[in-house]
Parts: sequence; structure tokens; C-alpha cells
Amino acid sequence: MAAIAEKIRGRRSRFEFVFDRPRVLGSAFLAPAILYVLMLVGIPFLLAVYYALSAYTIYHPSYHFVGLRNFIAMVQSEIFRRALLNTFIFTIGSQILGLVLGKFGALLLLRPFPGRKFVRALVILPWAVPIALATVAWEWMFDSLFSVINWVLVAVGLVSRATEPQWLGDPQLAMLCVIIVNAWRFFPFAIVIFLAGITAVPQDVLDAATVDGAGFWRRNYQVILPMILPIVVVGLIFGTVFTFTDLSVVYLLTMGGPVNATQVLGNLGFQIGILSGDVAHGAAVSLFMFPVLFVLVILMLRFIRRREI
Amino acid sequence: MPRIINAAVKEGSFCVALAFFVVLAAFPFYWMLITAFKTNTDLYNVDNIPFWFSQPPTLEHFRYLFDQTLFGRWLLNSLMIGLCVVAITLATAVPAGYALTRLTGANAEALGIGIFLTYLVPPTLLFLPLSRIISWLGLENSMWSLVLVYPTFTIPFCTWLLMGFFKAVPREIEEAAIVDGCSLFGSFVKMVLPLSLPAILTIVIFTFTLTLQEFVYALTFISASAQKPITLGVATDLVRGDIYYWGELMAGALIASVPVAIAYNLFLDRFIAGITGGAVK
Repeated sequence: MAAIAEKIRGRRSRFEFVFDRPRVLGSAFLAPAILYVLMLVGIPFLLAVYYALSAYTIYHPSYHFVGLRNFIAMVQSEIFRRALLNTFIFTIGSQILGLVLGKFGALLLLRPFPGRKFVRALVILPWAVPIALATVAWEWMFDSLFSVINWVLVAVGLVSRATEPQWLGDPQLAMLCVIIVNAWRFFPFAIVIFLAGITAVPQDVLDAATVDGAGFWRRNYQVILPMILPIVVVGLIFGTVFTFTDLSVVYLLTMGGPVNATQVLGNLGFQIGILSGDVAHGAAVSLFMFPVLFVLVILMLRFIRRREI
Repeated sequence: MPRIINAAVKEGSFCVALAFFVVLAAFPFYWMLITAFKTNTDLYNVDNIPFWFSQPPTLEHFRYLFDQTLFGRWLLNSLMIGLCVVAITLATAVPAGYALTRLTGANAEALGIGIFLTYLVPPTLLFLPLSRIISWLGLENSMWSLVLVYPTFTIPFCTWLLMGFFKAVPREIEEAAIVDGCSLFGSFVKMVLPLSLPAILTIVIFTFTLTLQEFVYALTFISASAQKPITLGVATDLVRGDIYYWGELMAGALIASVPVAIAYNLFLDRFIAGITGGAVK
């Protein structure tokens, strides 16, 4: 008997009583996650600010303070201004296209029909599959010699072999391609967000609206849309943040070309900071994204709290 | 009679619209699939109809991929990176998610949202300082650099998802365990964790797919072929000079995409529940 009592006393050490206080255990549980994120997101961010204000390159790692000179040099650079404008065109274009496709897709998938699960699985693919791999597939579809899109256009008779479009070689078309690929990547996410929102609208609200004489359009735009708006905005902010700062689509599809026609901030920062090793200017380019991100995050905060569904 | 025609037109346009979406979403993958199995002479002949095989399908691209390239190595690298990141994420995000739902007081929600917002800090803002840190640590050109860096986005993301899941566990269960003599920590390990196994499985799958989808950090930190994860290896290493080996490229992309696509579809509903139900409810 005594042995059992001893065993139990031995097992319940002093620490366990300390950890029985929710505050203490809570802090101990939170600490690893918060420390990890602070070390590898917080510190690098401060470091990025510091680099942008210095003359640091990987060949001359000097911390000589140069103030805002890097930023001014960037604003004066033709390529940077082009990239800034392109980033906005790229982001806004692909988000609008993605949202429109998402809304219509959600309306279609809302209706029950045989094989709906399978169709949904197919439609989700662009969002699920690693974007770098999907982009490589698109690159093949836009190929200068064996483009399947051009094959169809020729077969239908819209263009001839001699005048077929060079999708990634023409400045305007290249921009269009980059936007399409990015919208293609995000529209399943938009569908999913719309679907989640619409199915969460309580049926009695809809019934009440119908009884009060609201038709299809009125129900859609004056009852459902306001109710799902917060979650749609959260989804949109997600998409915007990841499009605005992305480089993988541009890097793989066009490398920013032809002649910087599709250059975006993410890719420019990569080229200057990593490929050329000019960390200071590269960090300055990256930090130009920060004000936009900051506004988006504030918006996100407001909507995430207002959410009802 | 006009009513029947009306209904038929409506059905028809519904089917056409649906077909449009399916083709739009799935065609690039069909194209991947068919390219991967075509012979080269079939691929590079514009007179053939490209949508089907003009010559019998072949496995030559797959054979080349495994025999002549580092594809097998990349698969293993990705598996290794994924498993390590999953372990780190579970060890940090599960306790953190639980602490934020149950153990911390009034400012838990603010803290939770704060952690979640770090998920929105993009790689392109951090890759320069991180690449310096990686080189100070001597992890340049090593896949371990990715093991170190990937948790910076998987931890915030999974903590957020887990907060939603833990809220669904009834508090009474833990209270009953504590009344019966369990410690606070014991109630978490013995009651909450077993009840949350489906949620934890979701976290494992999503962490793994996030590591497979990542491209920017991998591109920045790793240029040695043998250390590349699969996404990076396929996208950058199968192009030699200016010549694209489309058959091999598509075969590689296909193999890497299939598991992610299946995992995503199986866990999509839980993922949506997590993303939309995190903090408030």
C-alpha cells in the first residue's frame, strides 16, 4: 500500500502544480509558436528595413547608413516604376477576373446535380496543385511553336500559321497571359469562399425575404451579398496579398519580360537582391510593397471582426 | 410547349456553363497528362490533332525522369522536408492553438488574430534578410534551410485552423476530467488531443501540402540540384539550356501534383470550416 502512495507522490512533481494554473500553462504552450514566429518573421522584417537603409551587398557587407537613398534611386528608375504599375495591373486584373469567375462558378455549383462532387473536385484543381507546376503546364500551352491554344485558333480558322500570336513574346499578350494564369489559380478559391458563405446564410432569412416578395436578383444582391460580404472581403484580401507579392507565375512564365513588360515588384526584388546580390536595393524594392500590405491588413482586421457567418 | 422549350434552354445553358468551368479548370492538367504519355515525334508535330494520341502512349518520359534526372532524390527531399515541417508545426501550433482557445484570458482573440496576420507577411518581403540569416547559419544550398523557414507560415496558419477546431470541443469534457483528478495538462493530453485527432490529421495534410506548394523560398535558398524539393526541381532543373523537355517536365509535374490534388479534395470541407470559423465563433 505504501508503495503505491509513494509512486503517486513521485509522479506529481512540483511543476505539475505550477502548470495547473491556466495562465502558466497557457504561456508555456504559446511560447514556442510565438518565439519561432518572432525570430523568423519579426527579426528578418527589421533586418529588411535595415538593409534598405544601408549600402549592403553580398560582396561588400557594409552597414554604412545611407538614409533613403536606395528608395530614391528606385523611384527614379524607369524599370522600378514600370514594375510598380505592372504589379497593380496584374493584381487588380487577376482579382477582378477571379472574383467574377468565382461568383458564377459558385452559382452553378450551388445547384444539386449528379456528379457535383466530382465536378467540384475538378474545379478545385488549379488552387490545389502547386502553382509552380501548373505554371509550367501553362508555359507549355503558350509555347511559341507548339501552343495548343494556337493549334485550336488555326484549326478554327481565326488565325493562320504565319500570323499566330506569340503569347509570351508580345508585351501586351504576355501581361494578359500572366493575369489569366493568376486569375485561373485563384478562381477556385473564390468559388469555395462564395459557396461557404452562401450555404451558411440561414434558410429562414431567405424564406422571410421570399415571403416579403423578393425575387431571385433581390435575394441575391440585397440579402445574400450583404450577409456574405465580410467573408468575401477576407477571401479577396487573401488573394490580393498573395497576388500582389507573388513572383512564381511571372518568374516561370516570362521572367519579367519581354523587356520588363511583365516585371512586378516581387520579381524585381528577387533579380536585384538575390541574382545580382545588391541586397540594399532589393530590400528597398520589397519594402515598397509594405504600405499596400499594411492597408490590406487593417482592412482584414476590420472585416474579420465584423463577420457574422 | 413553350414551357418545355424554355426549360430545355435553361438546362442546356446550365450544362454549357458547367462544361466551360470544368474545361477551364482541368484542361491544363489534362494537357499535362497527355503530354507526359506522348512520344516526342507525336508531341512535336503540328499536323497531328494534339488532344489525343497519334502514336501509342509511351512511358519513356517517366523512365527518363527516374533514370537520368535527380527526380527520385527530389521526391525524397520533399518528403523529408514535409515530415520535419509537420513535426515542428504540430509541436508548436497544437499547444498554441489550445492555449489561445482555453487558457489565455481576454486578449486571446487579439493574440490569435495577430499570429494569423503573420501568415500574410509574404515571402518576397522576407527572402532577402532570411537568405542572409541562412548563410550565416551555414545552411546555404541545403534543404534544411527550408525546414527552418517553412514553419514561419505553417505555424500561423495551423494555429488559426486549430483555434476553430478546439472551440468545437465541449469544455465540459475537460472539466469532468479535472474534477476526476486529472491535471490541466493531463486533460489536454488525455481528453482534448484524442477528441481532436481529425483536426490534427487535417493540420498534418495541410502543412504537408503547403510545403509542397511553396516555391519562392526554395528558389531563393537552394541552387544545388541534389538539395531541391520536387516543385523547384521540376520547374527549374528539367530545362537544359534553352531546350525544354516537355514530356519529362509534364511527367514530373503530374507525379508531384496528383497527391496534393487528392489530399486537398479530401480535406477541403474541414479546411473551409477552419478558415471561416477561426476567431469569432
